[in-house]
Amino acid sequence: MTPPSGAVVIGASAGAFDALSAILPQLPRNFPRPVLVVVHVPADKKSLMANLFASRCQVAAKEAEDKEPLIAGTVYFAPPDYHLLVEADGRLSLSSEEAVHYSRPSVDVLFESAADAYGPALVGVVLTGANADGAMGLRAVHAAGGIALVQRPDTAQVATMPRSALDACPAAQPMTLAEIAAYLNTVGA
Amino acid sequence: MTDDHPPSLKTEDLELRLLLDAIARAYHYDFLGYSMASLKRRLSQARDRFGCRSYSQLQDRVLHDAGVFPELLAYLTVQVSELFRDPAYFRAIRETVVPHLRTYPSLKVWVAGCSAGEEVYSLAILFREEGLEDRTMFYATDINTEALRKAEAGVYELDRLPLFTENHRRAGGKSSLSDYYTAAYGAARLDPTLRKRTVFSDHSLVSDQVFAEVQLVSCRNVLIYFDRDLQDRAIGLFKDALVRKGFLGLGSKESLRFNKHADAFTEFAADEKLYQKRGNV
Repeated sequence: MTPPSGAVVIGASAGAFDALSAILPQLPRNFPRPVLVVVHVPADKKSLMANLFASRCQVAAKEAEDKEPLIAGTVYFAPPDYHLLVEADGRLSLSSEEAVHYSRPSVDVLFESAADAYGPALVGVVLTGANADGAMGLRAVHAAGGIALVQRPDTAQVATMPRSALDACPAAQPMTLAEIAAYLNTVGA
Repeated sequence: MTDDHPPSLKTEDLELRLLLDAIARAYHYDFLGYSMASLKRRLSQARDRFGCRSYSQLQDRVLHDAGVFPELLAYLTVQVSELFRDPAYFRAIRETVVPHLRTYPSLKVWVAGCSAGEEVYSLAILFREEGLEDRTMFYATDINTEALRKAEAGVYELDRLPLFTENHRRAGGKSSLSDYYTAAYGAARLDPTLRKRTVFSDHSLVSDQVFAEVQLVSCRNVLIYFDRDLQDRAIGLFKDALVRKGFLGLGSKESLRFNKHADAFTEFAADEKLYQKRGNV
């Protein structure tokens, strides 16, 4: 099996559930890429995100497992208390190294490893949130030739995270949630 | 970060391989089978910390300055743990594994990748509470000798103790954690008698062999740093070290699912990643 040639990575914090609800259910069953999502969740909680979205989406949704091969049309959520990374061979890795921006999982860690693995075949999306996680990661996505998208800060539940991402990566395109969903539906494999 | 003439990713990956190869040859620490994404992240931090522009420059430093490698090793190995981290794991050992362990007249326990000792002390406390300590020998191994030194000292920052105390309680602790440490100068010093039955030792899951026959292996959040071949090797060692019907505990997001030795084990407490070696292996 050859790993999918491209991927989509999404990072969100405060307000994540509503924002993701406007995007993930819009993706068709045969969406040509895997989608990797980091949401900041408390370390000691079992995350319900994967289950909640599995029943609301046409694409599959699950919690990411260590060394799992990425498959197109599947949304992978980082488990609580672990960083999620992508290996060059298109498999996932988990890590319990230090929190970044007080966050584990961290958006930066996912985005930087995905930028390294996928280069120009990556779309990075930073959504609503209350800290600066994701800003350096989005910059890395852009620097590797990928597409950088940011939820328009004036439309975000909490504007800090999208604003920080735009500050760090001025080339990123600000969009509404509906525009982001529409854009993702145009990307190929 | 400068944007002028960034080296192509291929060159950087080549340099990274050469650096790891140099470390393996010069210092006999083999990281070539580690999960690269996380290793790369930590090595890029080390590169910045040592003020190097490239991995080639870091390689030069590590080969010619003997003081660099021990410090670099701290970046190459991840040392993040807690006493009774994931309390449900220790509760499951207490409630479901301990009754089996009681049937053995003497016990050996291997904590592989013990880092600064949090896991082995957690087990030592649990075994004392369950009355098994006197018949048990603990082997706590790691590749990082500095971490082993910390583990042997058994001293932790005092501000971590509220979390450790809460973990211990949720793990079904039968006593007060404060019975096991004394606080002084911002540090908690664990009761030295907790380690009187522990051997701390340098051991590599990459290159060393089995050294004892044990009833329980606990190896948590170590395998996630290995690629699949290395995961196979490590689980193979655990399989060979365990007695028939012996127990293997992994980290909460680790499993035998993609492992070539999966058939040698049955799921014992699947939610807590506790496995039992089959009786016919």
